[in-house]
This record gives sequence, structure tokens and C-alpha cells, in this order.
Amino acid sequence: MREIGRQEIEDIAMGATVLGTGGGGDPYIGKLMALQAVEEFGPIQVISADELDDDALVVPCGMQGAPTVLIEKPPSGKEMFASFETIESFLGKKVSAVMPFEVGGVNSMLPLVLAASMRLPVVDADGMGRAFPEVQMEVFSLNGVSASPMVVSDEKGNTALFQAIDNVWAERLSRKATIQMGASAMIACYIMNGSEVKTSSLHHTLTFAEEIGRSIRIAKTNNEDAVKKVLEVTRGFELFRGKVIDINRKTDGGFAKGVATIEGVDPFTEETLTINFQNELLLAKSGGRVLCMTPDLISVLDMETGRPITTEGLRYGSRCVVIGIPCNEQWRTEKGIATAGPGYFGYDADYVPVENLIRGGE
Amino acid sequence: MSVYRIGIDVGGTNTDAVILDQNYQVIERTKSPTTEDVSSGIYNAMRDVLRQSNIPASQIKYAMLGTTHCTNAIVERKRLNAIAVIRIGAPATLSVKPFIDVPKDLSEKLGRYVYLIQGGHEFDGREIFPLDEDELYKTAHQLKGFVDSVAVTSVFSPVSDEHEKRAREILKEVMGDNLAVSISSEIGSVGLLERENATILNAALVKVAKTTVNGFVSALEKEDIDAEVFLGQNDGTLMSVDYAVRFPILTIACGPTNSLRGASYLAGYSDCIVIDVGGTTTDIGVLNGSFPRESSLAVEIGGVRTNFRMPDLVSVGIGGGTVIKVHENNKFTIGPESVGYRLPEKALVFGGDTLTATDLAVALGKAEIGDPSKVAHLDRDLLKKIYETMISHVEAAVDRMKTSPEPVPVVLVGGGSVLIPNELKGASEVIRPKNYGVANAIGAAISQISGQIEKIFLLDELGREKTMELAKKSAVEKAIKAGADPDRCGIVDIEDIPLSYIPGNATRIRVKAAGPLALER
Repeated sequence: MREIGRQEIEDIAMGATVLGTGGGGDPYIGKLMALQAVEEFGPIQVISADELDDDALVVPCGMQGAPTVLIEKPPSGKEMFASFETIESFLGKKVSAVMPFEVGGVNSMLPLVLAASMRLPVVDADGMGRAFPEVQMEVFSLNGVSASPMVVSDEKGNTALFQAIDNVWAERLSRKATIQMGASAMIACYIMNGSEVKTSSLHHTLTFAEEIGRSIRIAKTNNEDAVKKVLEVTRGFELFRGKVIDINRKTDGGFAKGVATIEGVDPFTEETLTINFQNELLLAKSGGRVLCMTPDLISVLDMETGRPITTEGLRYGSRCVVIGIPCNEQWRTEKGIATAGPGYFGYDADYVPVENLIRGGE
Repeated sequence: MSVYRIGIDVGGTNTDAVILDQNYQVIERTKSPTTEDVSSGIYNAMRDVLRQSNIPASQIKYAMLGTTHCTNAIVERKRLNAIAVIRIGAPATLSVKPFIDVPKDLSEKLGRYVYLIQGGHEFDGREIFPLDEDELYKTAHQLKGFVDSVAVTSVFSPVSDEHEKRAREILKEVMGDNLAVSISSEIGSVGLLERENATILNAALVKVAKTTVNGFVSALEKEDIDAEVFLGQNDGTLMSVDYAVRFPILTIACGPTNSLRGASYLAGYSDCIVIDVGGTTTDIGVLNGSFPRESSLAVEIGGVRTNFRMPDLVSVGIGGGTVIKVHENNKFTIGPESVGYRLPEKALVFGGDTLTATDLAVALGKAEIGDPSKVAHLDRDLLKKIYETMISHVEAAVDRMKTSPEPVPVVLVGGGSVLIPNELKGASEVIRPKNYGVANAIGAAISQISGQIEKIFLLDELGREKTMELAKKSAVEKAIKAGADPDRCGIVDIEDIPLSYIPGNATRIRVKAAGPLALER
């Protein structure tokens, strides 16, 4: 168990944005929420999964909905109080701890806000190791954990509990409720006991995010190459570097889909990279060859500062480095690829791990 | 009878003034040191340019001012209004309270009266809760006599400004019609905290705006000038005095914008890169369709995060007064230190003791300033190396601003532009227009009047085409209301960004319309 405060929150927020692979929502607002919570309620307790009792009740939680709504109508911070009452009376048990279901992006911060205000510990683990757009895209789900009972709640005090027949249905039903509530709501899902958290989650991902964020911060202080430090910490690969020359966006079924085009600079002069995204960056290609694809992580860092750039933040002229980070091995199983591989997102490509693509292409 | 216009722009070092005739030709120009109180410098420049031009005061019909009063007030935390801040949207938003990320010294001054009221809207225009009018009335009575300016921000007001407008009614009803009420839907776009911050700053600047405008008007009167007065905005257009007093925050960063617009006009290029070399820094911007390309990053004003549209600029620490230090082994450093306005005293060519970029330029024969014999002794080879390094910094900055590898025209303005050579990497040509030294004042004088709307629309409601027509019409109406010629108003910029995960095809649409001043003949 350790306690975290302002500096750790800043580092986690930064690292979580790298793991957000271009999506995951606006990190700034989530960070401010966590900072305000710590100021109001005190430091946050972080525990590792093995510190949990096997029968402890653990609630993964975060936001579902439109990132634009989050920055325009931030939460009250009290949404989950009613949810917890609902969960505890439904399951007949008190909640012992909270945890993120998505460590990439703003959902790394929301469990921290909850932990602070409810004085509960947050477990250093999550279900994605990155960001993904849909509720069934969880390692919990790959391990047979049910997303239900799932609770959706809003700032007005509404609470909806869904008991869905499978996790895809949980996604469908909860999303409709979220939209009615204003396209942004707090959700609790994949409620587990301690032993399930130990066997079915990705461990130490909050700490991983913190290490990434710290490496960027310290590199700046020491005037070192932040991108290099990030690659060291993540054991990732530099896929490309250059200047963004085009971003093509359109909405399709509520998702921001598009392609970003980057013109290479040394050592990638004369080359062009395209990245397909659906909020998150999913497929990076250059010269007809795929360099990295989901579920591996693709992240864009500012060339000078190493700071991550979200898909929303990509602009003409952005000078950036595109990196590929291997995903957790659980995503590389048959089930994992079926759930979050290129085929699911409609790309005509067979999954090949990034480390093989890098070696194979040179 | 000829009709003239006077344009004045306040810079960091100098306040420039120009007089243009009705064909926008420069008749006279002056440079005057910027004074600490800013207003004296404006008056001096105005008086000088008028005397030099010999034009009768009665023929000057339009006066345009680009000033730093508001920027300075925020940065220095001085002369700000005592304000109240009202946020409508409770219980939502309480996890990030007003002033949460605002520097303490500013939140102490401006955050004394903060109120969170129930109300606000969802993304599709539904109310979150009805507006708590009782609470608003109570609040208004509490505030009466304590503040003269209020900032009101409501959740999703870019979609529905109903609650903000009603709040303004109530506040004025109780606290008097003279109360200045800044509502966020008229100031910023989507992004609650950034828009709220911009609205707070706006409310705090009302006093400064009034003083600045009154000062300018009485300076004109002192010179017997009876002209229509306009203030420059940060998007390169003008606003009437009434508009400026309601929206003072729009004057922030109009200086660099004026410089860009002036350069574009003087060179005759609507699409180009502009390099403005001053005493201490070189600012590089881009013009698209005669208007400065806007930065889409969150803009910080005085340490406060806002979502303003500011010109996309890159600044390099190289100017006429940049100090060059030569170390052992012919190693050297270029700036960022600069002698600034003390150039005429400190530079070698003026008999001073400091090697500056100006001295470099003179020694290498690139400029004729001061006494060249005073730099004749310097090692030419070393100077060339230093010069090449300096220029490569500028070229790198130009490359950052380009959006494609195609060479583009580069326009040089600013007093220090003699430093830049006639050929630059990435430039299709390098242009030094006449009157390059007062491009900013010219930019202020030639500006058009604009109107802009930025709202979220659900395209499914009216269909894309009708929605765009509606948006365009609103923008044009706004421009005309601000003083643009209805017959010559056009759409200058359109941007539409689809919003993800929101049904109804929610799109953020921004339209800017602009036209020359009405009453032009």
C-alpha cells in the first residue's frame, strides 16, 4: 500500500495519455478532478491486487460517453455514491476497493477521484492496459468475468442497474442509458471479488502509467530526449517521425473515424505514414506496409517534449514521433484478437505483433 | 473631399501610427516609444503623425487602435474590476470548481464572489434542471453594491444560451442596468473551464476597456479629430467601441495579428508566411486568405487557460538588439538576451559597448545603420558563421509553420527585418514591402469588421445544408451589427468538427464573416 498525492496524479495523467493511444478522453479535466479531490479529501491509497482479500468486493469504475460532453459538463463527483448503495444492496456486501477498467486516458483518473471522496483504496490494475472504445473490450471479459451487474449513474441522481445476458449486451444497454443521461455518465462494471481481480486483470498498470509520466517529466528537467526515455520505460519502438500534413475526420455511428497523414523527417525522409483511427489510433502504415496495429498500442508524442498528443490534438504541422508499444499478451490470444484486433474494427489485416513487424520490415 | 483613416498599434518597444487615404495608401507614418501608461505613447504617436502629415484633422474620419492595455492588465493583475462569478449547471461540474486551475494571485483578486446555481443544458438542448431563478434573485441581492461586473457561464451554452440570457436579465433587474454582465456563450466555445475562464477575464477587463476607449477618444478630441473609433481584435478584424467595452478580452493579442495582416496587405499576398523582426524577438505567422492562421491549442493568458482563437505564432529569440557573446575558441551564443529599446545607446555601431545582431548585419554589409567603421575590426569569418547560425534558427521556425514542403512567399516586416537575407530556405521569394516598419499600424487601419458564431448544431435536425446556411446567416448578421457593410460582407472562414459519441450528428460549427466598414463610399 502506498499513498499518492499531487505529483503522482500528474505523472499518472501524463502516462495514461500515452497509454490512451490517441483516445481515452481529455486528460486535463480528469487530472483536475483528481487534484481537486485530493485537495478536498486527502491522499489516495493505492494497493496492489495481491493485497486484496479473496472475497473483497472490488468495483471497476469510470466514465462512459462523449469526451466533448465530459469537458463541457464535468461530473459532480457524487455520481457513484448512489451507485454504490445500489450495488451494495443488490449484492448484499460492502465495497472494499475501486479500480480503473481502462488505464488509458481520463478513466485512469476517475477511480482516483472516487477513492479520495469515498476513502476507499484503489487497486493498481486495470482491464485494458490502454484505451478501447467498447465495454466488452476488457481482459476481464476475456477471462470470463461478466460485466453485469452494471450500474450507470448521472449527476442528477439517476441510477440504472443492468443485468445483461452477455458483455456485448451490457455495452448496448449501458450506452443507451448514458446517452439519455446526457451522453456522459459514470459506470461501474465487471464487479469482481479479490481473487478474480488477482487472476483476471492486468497488474500494476497505474504504476506503469506513472512511470511513463515521470520519465517524460524528468527528461524535461534534465534536458534529455524524452521520447527515448518513454521507449525505454515502455519497451516500445519508434515507428516513424515527421510532420502531420493532413487529418481527415468524420463521424460514423457516433465515433470519430479518420486518417492522419505524416510526412517523414530524418531518418524517414521521403516516406509517408498514415494512421487510421476510431478515436483511438488503430493501424499505422507506411509504403503499403503495416508497422503496428491494434491491440498493440500506437501513440503519438511531441517530437521536442515527448508529451503525448491525442487524436483531437493532432494538427497540421504537429512535429511528432509515432511509437508502437506491445500490448499485454492476453490481448494476443485468439479471443483477444477477435475482440479488439484489426478485423473487429473493419481493417483488412491479420494481426502481427509489433516487434515482429519491426524486425521483419527493415 | 478626401477621407482619411488613422491606425495606431502599440508594440512592446514602439507605438506606431499611420495615416491612410481612402485607397488605403500610406500618407504618413511615425514610430514613438511605448510609454509605461500606454496612453501617453498613443497620444504622442497620434499627434506626431498628424503634424507630419499636414492633413486637416477634420478629414480624418476613422481611427483604429490596436492596444495592449487589456493584456497588460491581466499580466500585471492591475486595474481589474471587482467581479462576481456565476456558474449555472449544479449539481453537475462540481468536481472542478471555478478558478480550479487559475494562478492563486489572480483567483484571490477575482474569486471572492463565486456562486454555483442549478440549471444548464445537455448536449442536445434539453435542460439538465430548470434554472433556479429564486437562487439567482437571492444572489443578485447579496451582490448589490459589491461588484459592477459579473461573469455568467452555463453548461452547454454554446448549444442553448437561454439560462445565461435569463440570468443576465435577473442580475440587471436587481443590480441596475449599468451592471456589466459577460455571458460565456458570447465569448468562448465548447470547453467549460476554458470558456468560463475567458468570461471571467472579460468581466474583469470592463473597467480597463472603458478607460482605454475614453482615453483614446479624448486624445482624438484634443487634436480636433471627429472620427469613428474602432479597436482591433485578436482575429485581425475591428470592433466598434461599444462592442469593445462589452468584449474587452477580444483585444488580447491583436498586436501580432495586426502585424500579420499589415504584412499581407503591403506585399499583396493573401497566402504567405510573415516574419516580424522586432528588437528582441522574431515572430513568425501564417496567412491563409488574408487572415492569420489560428492556433487550435488552448491559449494561456496571464497563466489562465482559455479557449481563445489566437494567431498561430512561433517566436524565436532573435531581434535587432539581440546580444551576441563570443567565447574562447570562437564559440558563441546568440541571445536570448537583448538590449531592446536601448539599441541606440548600446550597439557598437552607435558607439556603445555591446555586440548586437544589428552590429552583425552592418559589419557584413547587410544594413546601413550607425557608423560601420566601429565594427570594421571584427573577424569577418566568425561573423559569417554567427550570422548563418542565426538565420538557420529562423529558417527552422519557418519550416515549423509551413503545412507542406512547397516553397511559399515570405514577407518581412518589423524594424529588425534588415537582419534577414533576401534568400531563405523554404521561401519561394522574400519580400520587403515599403513601410515594413509600421506594418502593424497599417494592419490595424485596414482591418475589416467581423462577426463570428461558434455553436454546436445537431445536423439531423435541419440537415447539413440548411444548418450551414443558418450558421452563415447568423455570422453575417453579427458582422453587419458590428458595423460591416451589408453589401460587401462575405464568409471568411468555416470550420466544422464532428463530435464523437454524440447522437444526432452533433457538430461544432464555427463561421466567421467579415466586410469593410459600412459608410465607405
